[in-house]
Amino acid sequence: MAEAHPVGFQWVVEAKKRGAEIIHVDPRFTRTSALAHTYVPVRAGADIVFLGGVINYILSNELDFREYVLAYTNASMLVSEDFQDTEDLDGLFSGYDPEKNVYDQTTWQYQGQQHTAQDAGDAAEDRETASGLEQESHGPPIPADVPRDPTLRDPRCVYQVLKRHYARYTPEVVEQVCGVPPEKFLKVCEAWTRNSGRERTTALVYSVGWTQHSVGVQYIRTGAIIQLLLGNMGRPGGGVMALRGHASIQGSTDIPTLFNLLPGYLPMPVAGTHDSFRQWVDSIRHPDQKGFWANAESYAVSLLKAYFGDAATAENDWGFDWLPKLTGDHGTYQQVLDMIDGKIKGYFLLGQNPAVGSAHGKAQRLGMANLDWLVVRDLFMIESAEFWKNGPEVATGELVPEECRTEVFVVPAASHVEKEGTFTQTQRMLQWREKAVEPPGDCRSELWFFYHLGRMVKERLASSQDPRDRGLQALTWDYPLYGERHDEPSGEDVLKEINGYDVATGAPVPGFTALKADGSTACGCWIYAGVYKDGVNQAARRKPGAEQDWVAREWGWVWPADRRTLYNRASADPDGRPWSERKKYVWWDPDAGEAGEWTGYDVPDFEKTKPPSYRPPEGATGVAAISGDDAFIMQGDGKGWLYAPSGLIDGPLPTHYESVESPVRNPLYRQQANPTRKLYDRTDNLVNPSPPEEHAEVFPFIFSTSRLTEHHTAGGMSRQLAYLSELQPAMFVEVSPELAALRGLDHLGWATIVTARSAIEARVLVTDRLTPLRIDGRTVHQVWLPYHFGFSGLVTGDAANDLIGITLDPNVLIQESKVGTCDMRPGRRPEGPELLPFLAGYRRRAGLDPGHHTPMLTPPED
Amino acid sequence: MGVRTWIEGWPVYRQLTGTDPLGRGAAAQSPRSKALTARTGTADSVARSVCPYCAVGCGQRVYVSDGQVTQIEGDPDSPISRGRLCPKGSASKSLVTSDRRVTEVLYRRPYGTDWERLDLDTAMDMIADRVLAARDAGWDPRHNRTLGISSLGGATLDNEENYLIKKLFTAMGAIQIENQARI
Repeated sequence: MAEAHPVGFQWVVEAKKRGAEIIHVDPRFTRTSALAHTYVPVRAGADIVFLGGVINYILSNELDFREYVLAYTNASMLVSEDFQDTEDLDGLFSGYDPEKNVYDQTTWQYQGQQHTAQDAGDAAEDRETASGLEQESHGPPIPADVPRDPTLRDPRCVYQVLKRHYARYTPEVVEQVCGVPPEKFLKVCEAWTRNSGRERTTALVYSVGWTQHSVGVQYIRTGAIIQLLLGNMGRPGGGVMALRGHASIQGSTDIPTLFNLLPGYLPMPVAGTHDSFRQWVDSIRHPDQKGFWANAESYAVSLLKAYFGDAATAENDWGFDWLPKLTGDHGTYQQVLDMIDGKIKGYFLLGQNPAVGSAHGKAQRLGMANLDWLVVRDLFMIESAEFWKNGPEVATGELVPEECRTEVFVVPAASHVEKEGTFTQTQRMLQWREKAVEPPGDCRSELWFFYHLGRMVKERLASSQDPRDRGLQALTWDYPLYGERHDEPSGEDVLKEINGYDVATGAPVPGFTALKADGSTACGCWIYAGVYKDGVNQAARRKPGAEQDWVAREWGWVWPADRRTLYNRASADPDGRPWSERKKYVWWDPDAGEAGEWTGYDVPDFEKTKPPSYRPPEGATGVAAISGDDAFIMQGDGKGWLYAPSGLIDGPLPTHYESVESPVRNPLYRQQANPTRKLYDRTDNLVNPSPPEEHAEVFPFIFSTSRLTEHHTAGGMSRQLAYLSELQPAMFVEVSPELAALRGLDHLGWATIVTARSAIEARVLVTDRLTPLRIDGRTVHQVWLPYHFGFSGLVTGDAANDLIGITLDPNVLIQESKVGTCDMRPGRRPEGPELLPFLAGYRRRAGLDPGHHTPMLTPPED
Repeated sequence: MGVRTWIEGWPVYRQLTGTDPLGRGAAAQSPRSKALTARTGTADSVARSVCPYCAVGCGQRVYVSDGQVTQIEGDPDSPISRGRLCPKGSASKSLVTSDRRVTEVLYRRPYGTDWERLDLDTAMDMIADRVLAARDAGWDPRHNRTLGISSLGGATLDNEENYLIKKLFTAMGAIQIENQARI
């Protein structure tokens, strides 16, 4: 956190000054470790064992916050008799389909659950369209009253299922798998549990490298289970804090440029599942379930009204048929492989540099070399614009400029001070930026670029009779233009459309509860409704922090409904009283309003006048079915999920699998790696062998990558700047003194790092920031690299992402790029065409011949 | 200049009689440095902005004189950052004012070996034509979509920009629209 989010880290330092204990768990000692009370080095890729060990400690000693757990989690719900655990099936849950490599989730359900869960076919489609988690966020189809055991003693209740599942994750196993000594591990367990409960809360902070694993979603789930068990969710000083890495990456998910989502986490329609408007809407709102997703029809209709205006009518299903339909995986990695295969014609890069920043750099560059055209929108000349000219494949002779047909347009972009608009930061806060100056020369904002591209395309198709052009013709695109050139749309006009408005009057809606399913409202992103409440740009609020209380509600605007902490109903007990005076945040005031109201420091994440005693009438659905003590109002059962009865592709509980490339045999199960991972089994996307396969010793070391304080992602915004380039001028690799001695690496000398994909060179930094670990009785070495370097800019170097192959988490299709195996050699890598036979030799020794496949299911060993 | 002014202008005198006995501040100040003012104090305008690097969302104040950005500083009013910026945020003035920025359209023709200049209007026309041709070449009538167009980016774009991008591409039938958020 101190490295990659330094200014955010000031609050950790503040907390430390006030007596908070800081624990840092990381494969590498960083600036965060330097300021922590306890630093715990671990093996990259073993997080579920570490955190599962914490869960085991909590449950074995019954240290959970029992009143919270009973009231707000699904601990007491009974799981189907047919459910079998990975402890029963040696690393698989019940329902595994070895053909499709996914689960039929029927047996994972609660007892008495009426609806059929996902079968393997549904799950396979969910993996391809990254919609397993949409299921979760939309709440699964769960009836209100499934059987429960409030004593938590029934062997089928979630609490007991959880306890059995993690029983083997003992301090000794944590030592064996993660390399953490039991005394040190127990110190973490004791500190975490001691500092949680009525009077105290503990925050879990992760950076989104956690998502970049083949079990990334389950890492975060494991953290969430601990925080629910200890009663740290929805309370001040608690929570699971995702430190995201880019100025508006939260916004890019909320108002997505993602293939599987529409604004506000509405799913892109999938052919066969969402063939009609009704099917699409009902799959989101689940007509019989409780929670706020029940109003999804209002959000969906309002989005289509914002898109298609008067042309969207009840008669034509609000233009639903104009939306394109998905049929599978259209994610960025599938796209790149399709480019290599010649299936894609044109590619836009909008402030993005995949030649350096995405996994498998060579695939990225060869894909771009096989397009008709590429449009690059950026501030500087980046590697992804220049790959055809001086990329690594030009050096090896794999790419010859005179033979590369890709037409490249570099259309320069406006910087953050040369345009107005909102970023959404990592706590879901929208902050408006004022425009300071005009952009220079031909530099233009994305608002300008896409407005005019849309205008020109619409003009070209204005008289078309082709039905496929009807949606484009109907698209509302009449944005007024302003500025010195009278050609710039106003960000504020677009923000008003995002906020939503009454179609008849144009008046902004005050919030998402005002949206209607009858076409009388339009709204570009329902979760952002309210950001233009009362006709005021709420994101531009700037009342100084020093003049406000610690929640600082008059600075910016936070979705949804300006709530600063999600699920804050859980900061009060079931009866609506603060758990403690010290940790009071939101509570029920029986004397407020007509018959009591929720009040507190934050906007309550609950219906303002629904009392804690409210119980839904028989047969209630939707918002009316949310009980007065259902703190998790977006969930289909109103509860925080210790156990996920459906939705997750790889299982209802986090289970330890080794990373796809690991020098270690999974000590817990026969199954080595995630049996549902998304694989692209191709000769140009080889995977290093791992036990029990042969030849794993060819790549004996673990490598991980992350950021430096002084650089940003692929370097396009930092390696072009003189100050930052001077501060961090060269690519390097950190190795322990033990590994340096083992492989003859000299401090400040060169090393070559090799994987099945590529070999890169870097300066050697010998440092005890990296510790060799004892894993399963032997020494395992880890090395670390920054991933910022590439071949363009003031400072250049080989790109760490060239080392990484493409294997994805099955829930969200994010690549495993935080852990892999490699070899290390002293000296520089072979140059030019010499690199190719060097790599071929490694592949041969590793047994990666054509026709080699790593089995998804690990076979039994002799 | 009178004798008194002359004596009082002498640094040693000021050091011995004033509030700066170590002679490292006001006592040692020359008339030139005394007359200097911060460019933040004389700026024509100040824009309230947000740092474009990580997702913490630190407040920035952007100082402008004669239509040029002259300084970017942390915004002390921000309850998130309280005026602080990290090395990247502190360097963001040079992100904006760098002479390394590309400010004209550059074009590499198929099989070309170098960049050529293109004016912005011509480039936009060419891109619009290519978008429609790629849309057509990759059209899949069964699913009302095109597989001819891809897009990737950008997590430093404004919400308003991402909104227009998704809206336009979706209406065009382009589904292969992705973002750093997948990476």
